[in-house]
Amino acid sequence: MIEVQHLTKRYGRVTAVNDISFRVERGEILGFLGPNGAGKTTTMRILTGYMPATEGKAVVAGFDVFDQPIEAKRRTGYLPETPPLYPDMTVKEYLDFVAKVKGVPAAGRRERIRQVMERVRVADVADRLCSKLSKGYRQRAGLAQALIHNPDVLILDEPTAGLDPKQIIETRNLIKELAGDHTIILSTHILPEVSQTCERVVIINKGRVVAEDTPHNLTARLRGSETLYVQVDANGADAAGTLQRVPGVTRVAEADRRDRAVGYEVQSESGHDLRRDLARAIVSGGWGLLELRPMHLSLEEVFLSLTTDEAAGGLESAETTPAGEEATHA
Amino acid sequence: MRNTLTIAHKELRSYFASPIGYIVLGFFALLYGWFYVTMLSYFVRQSMQVSQFGGAGTMNVNLVMLRPLLQNVTILLLFLMPMVTMRSYAEEKRSGTIELLLTSPLTDLEIILGKFLGALSLWAMALGVSLIHIAILFAYGQPEWKPIATAYLGLLLMGGCFISVGLLISSLTSNQIIAGMATFGVFLLLWVVNWIGSFSGPTVDGVTRYLSIVDHFDDFAKGIIDTSHLIYYVSFISFGLFLTAKSVDSERWRG
Repeated sequence: MIEVQHLTKRYGRVTAVNDISFRVERGEILGFLGPNGAGKTTTMRILTGYMPATEGKAVVAGFDVFDQPIEAKRRTGYLPETPPLYPDMTVKEYLDFVAKVKGVPAAGRRERIRQVMERVRVADVADRLCSKLSKGYRQRAGLAQALIHNPDVLILDEPTAGLDPKQIIETRNLIKELAGDHTIILSTHILPEVSQTCERVVIINKGRVVAEDTPHNLTARLRGSETLYVQVDANGADAAGTLQRVPGVTRVAEADRRDRAVGYEVQSESGHDLRRDLARAIVSGGWGLLELRPMHLSLEEVFLSLTTDEAAGGLESAETTPAGEEATHA
Repeated sequence: MRNTLTIAHKELRSYFASPIGYIVLGFFALLYGWFYVTMLSYFVRQSMQVSQFGGAGTMNVNLVMLRPLLQNVTILLLFLMPMVTMRSYAEEKRSGTIELLLTSPLTDLEIILGKFLGALSLWAMALGVSLIHIAILFAYGQPEWKPIATAYLGLLLMGGCFISVGLLISSLTSNQIIAGMATFGVFLLLWVVNWIGSFSGPTVDGVTRYLSIVDHFDDFAKGIIDTSHLIYYVSFISFGLFLTAKSVDSERWRG
């Protein structure tokens, strides 16, 4: 649905986007993750036809954004970082204007505007001026604008920025609902958002793609091994030795100690699920098993290790970059 | 075409959603009315003097009153038009709505023409208001309508020239005040450029007179539609809009 090939954008001497390539399949939600200034907005602006790329090619819904901009734009809905609202229009007037410029036929326009307002929950402020809207409503009106012509592709630049927690959850749920009918790219620098909404993540830093995978695989791959957290009530005895003897365990470290409950981090080779064996070992030792869970490296940690220079070397050795060209360019 | 009209309609709406439309129309009506009263008083006094000295017939109201009156309208254009055009692009850039327009299935030309038509409609409305005064003249006298029609055509075209310059300048900045001031400066320059003429040689005189937007209006005010002036205005507008298109496009590339 969206195909980006070797996209590069230079502003004078500054290279904002450097040879980015990725694909998004129909109905998928792709998270576009990166620190501020990584080139997320620039990439999105190129995809929406707001600005041309210096090099490379982007195809949206089967149309090259540079060669057939009008066709591509017809099929794209875009919510920029600041919702592009006209302060002197009411929400309804605004959506009517957008519907017209996006080419929604006059016949079903009113009905379409009504539907979209219901869907993003701005119907109750339909007659309020855009300048009088709260941040949450502004964002939703912006989303309504992007949806009005029922585009194949939705490009959302930080759709939850500045919302309160309840609104964030609502917006995320809405985005998830929209996937399937629409192919979605959303950018964010908020990591939980990606793990909660997106099926796939592209992490970019300094204009380059540093990783591309599912949120789950990204965390798993980076670790290279599985870590379990085990909390044991061992009556003061040291359970570490017992745990160490379970086949497949590579390392046991004491993580915390609270009264009689002692927590251990147990590492094993990747691909082995040792939870049953560990549980059996503890129970047969006559101790109390209080907690046993896999420890996930949070996406925050993945992100930091990918986007800070020191960790980049470690990443390459762990072979988590699916884009093999990364190494050759670096 | 439909897209252009949609944009034009949006522009026109926005003039009246803010006080700008009302201020422009209000002050235009007030100042035009003031000019009108002054010129009418002058005309009445002149007519009385002529009849006192036993002159035959009546004075030509077109010649004595309307021509200077409509020539003075150019001054209003100079002061009011920057207010109309200064926000057109600057405001869209500042508020980010330019992203909406440029990512919609519209061509740059449709957007520019829409903005141009929107501003021109406001100017046409202002001219429409002034027709009330002209109607009063027709109620009490027998002015010729043809020179009035050509003069209004000239005013409309001259307004178009100012708008195309205003759009260009507005597209260069995201600050309305800068756009407004620069537009005013350029208008003023275009207005006074021929003043040097009488103190210089024939070449400079010819060039500056040709550049002066106001000079080309004189024939329209006299009731003459000279194709050279028509072409001047139309090409001036086209060139202004062309440069605006280039400015918007280059903004895209620069980001």
